[in-house]
Amino acid sequence: MSLKSKNLLGIEQLSKGEIFEILNAATSFRKILDRPIKKVPTLRGITVANLFFEDSTRTRTSFELAEKRLSAETVNFSASTSSLKKGESLRDTVENIEAMQVDIVVMRHSAPGAPNFLARRIKSAVINAGDGCHEHPTQALLDVYTMREYFPTFEGLRVVIVGDIKHSRVAGSDIRALKKLGASVAVCGPRTLLPIGIEKLGAEVYSDLNKAIKGANVLYLLRLQLERQHGGYIPSLREYTQLYGIDVDKLKLLSDDYIVMHPGPMNRGVEITQEVADHERAVILEQVTNGVAVRMAILYLSASLIRDLEK
Amino acid sequence: MTQSKILIKGARIVDPSQGINRIDNLFIKGKKIEKIGGSGGKDYEVIDAGGCIVTPGLIDVHTHLREPGGEDSETILSGSAAAVAGGFTTIMCMPNTNPPIDNAEVVKFVLDKASKAHCKVYPVAAITKKIEGKELTEMGEIIKSGAVGFSDDGKPVVSGEILRNALEYSQMFGVPIITHTEDPALAHDGVMHEGDISTELGLVGIPDISETAMLARDLIIAEYTGGRLHVCHLSAAYSPILIKNARMRGVQVTCEVTPHHLTLTDEIVKELDYDSNTKVNPPVRSAKDRIALQKALVNDIIDCIATDHAPHPPQEKDKEYNYAPFGMVGLETAVGLVFSELIHKKKLTLDAMVKAMSVNPARIFNLPGGTLKPGSLADVTIIDPNREWVVEARNFRSKSSNSPFLRRSLKGKTVMTIVEGSIKYSDT
Repeated sequence: MSLKSKNLLGIEQLSKGEIFEILNAATSFRKILDRPIKKVPTLRGITVANLFFEDSTRTRTSFELAEKRLSAETVNFSASTSSLKKGESLRDTVENIEAMQVDIVVMRHSAPGAPNFLARRIKSAVINAGDGCHEHPTQALLDVYTMREYFPTFEGLRVVIVGDIKHSRVAGSDIRALKKLGASVAVCGPRTLLPIGIEKLGAEVYSDLNKAIKGANVLYLLRLQLERQHGGYIPSLREYTQLYGIDVDKLKLLSDDYIVMHPGPMNRGVEITQEVADHERAVILEQVTNGVAVRMAILYLSASLIRDLEK
Repeated sequence: MTQSKILIKGARIVDPSQGINRIDNLFIKGKKIEKIGGSGGKDYEVIDAGGCIVTPGLIDVHTHLREPGGEDSETILSGSAAAVAGGFTTIMCMPNTNPPIDNAEVVKFVLDKASKAHCKVYPVAAITKKIEGKELTEMGEIIKSGAVGFSDDGKPVVSGEILRNALEYSQMFGVPIITHTEDPALAHDGVMHEGDISTELGLVGIPDISETAMLARDLIIAEYTGGRLHVCHLSAAYSPILIKNARMRGVQVTCEVTPHHLTLTDEIVKELDYDSNTKVNPPVRSAKDRIALQKALVNDIIDCIATDHAPHPPQEKDKEYNYAPFGMVGLETAVGLVFSELIHKKKLTLDAMVKAMSVNPARIFNLPGGTLKPGSLADVTIIDPNREWVVEARNFRSKSSNSPFLRRSLKGKTVMTIVEGSIKYSDT
């Protein structure tokens, strides 16, 4: 079995079976990461371009590590180190990539749909590393991978995502992935940061934190982007923390077997207290490690649709 | 020079200005309509139009012709070629050019270009200098030079005081103030209709209240001043309710709707996978909005169908959705869309269509045309309602092809356009 498309533009395109296939492949790559020599020759001869039109440290590093551990050739473009500015010349960039005969393009872009724009125009495979407020599929896949390590099944699992849902591609992809896998998902945040129609993606919608997180197995906290305060969405960070900040007392409302997740980077003291961030049930650093394995799996499955790879 | 004589034979003549809707012959002599029905026709050029519909020349009160300043997307000449191919004998062009049409000199420039165009072109001038929303333009001189109305289209008149002054001052010249009703703060940085689809696609939404809240304000100021207001491109279901209410209170208000708002919904952005040809302001909205606009047109709340033809060159549009400009071309698809989606689906009668696309525009802006009365100028459109065709970029006469309808099959097409007795377009 293989994936239907060499592109990964969003969770939207994946079936439940495809998600499990990625997770299973990630499991074998995850084992490699625990070896003393963490490198395999799987993607030898494959060239991957990392195009980051928007600043990113952890996603870019995670992809680069995944590529290097698979022995792929990698090149990096970033808005800060080249003349590329947001939106100015994606088309020209695209044509250059095409001319350089890159096999896989990993792209982070602030414009929703930019990976779709790219995928329509090039033969290379396109992997979305986050497009505006739309999707961040590899994050969602590493999130469900991490959940699977703690819970035997997604059926009946209750996941609550708390924070700025409106501007979160992570929420968008996580809701889609979890619904496909059979979990129940709720989102919770101030009314101004809940987008219209989010329930159509299958999420229950709350503004009351205590009601939302009651009995949850997974408490998923989103980073509150500090600039939202200036956008008039919330009156102050202080008030946000009072209403939606998670401290150890809130954890008591959760199910006994709970875990706490966060896609990073955290604002300690805003959406999460220091104590919760460092709590034994917080699996935030495991998400980071798993992220490399999941990205290795995606690169592998995508590349295997481009050419025959040595096993 | 001998006068041209044309006999259009056997078509259904639809002219609500005279209450005519019957199969008959139309005689044109020189620049004028000679008569409808009756005998004669010796030494006339005979156009066999059996099965076709003949209407007073269509009038589009809302186009962007980009000249001066944007000649890579359109010129007055190319825009007028697109117009006649779409069945329009008269079009009005908006002032957001570079430089903008905000003084008599630019009006004269446009009219000079218009004198060589394929159809009649009337400029709309800006309400405020440089379309900055700050100072009124020299409306008296501008009207004397030949402009037919005032608009800062593309932008709302944000200052209530400036709009009040414009609605008062323009009354001296008997022309309407044409507003693009949008509250920029509510529209935010939106790129499509705010709703389920914008959330799903992660695109920033433009809520319908950005239109309706501003429209309510404009109507109240129009009522207070007694001025004449024409409202551009309604997109929201609540807008016709506001218009109807204002009319009941005696406000002098007219309005328009575009073919795309009558036929598309926000689903198209998803369906065409972020194709920026679907990006338009105001955005195409929900199915509920579309249905409400269709009903308002049928119920005479909406007066005109206007295209808001907004050409952009490919390098401008071939971008990420967020960065592409708003606007779509519309002159050459309007008739096909109205027939395919409204007339053939029995949502709109031929009489209502001709009212919205010819009679009412002529009346509102005091333009020649809108009738086939004997003695009036022979502006005539012939439409084959059953002609099936496919929208193709290469067939556009417009310099631009930014249309969300490319590759769509339509039924109903303009086959001949006659401007003041002279055949300007023929596809028979």
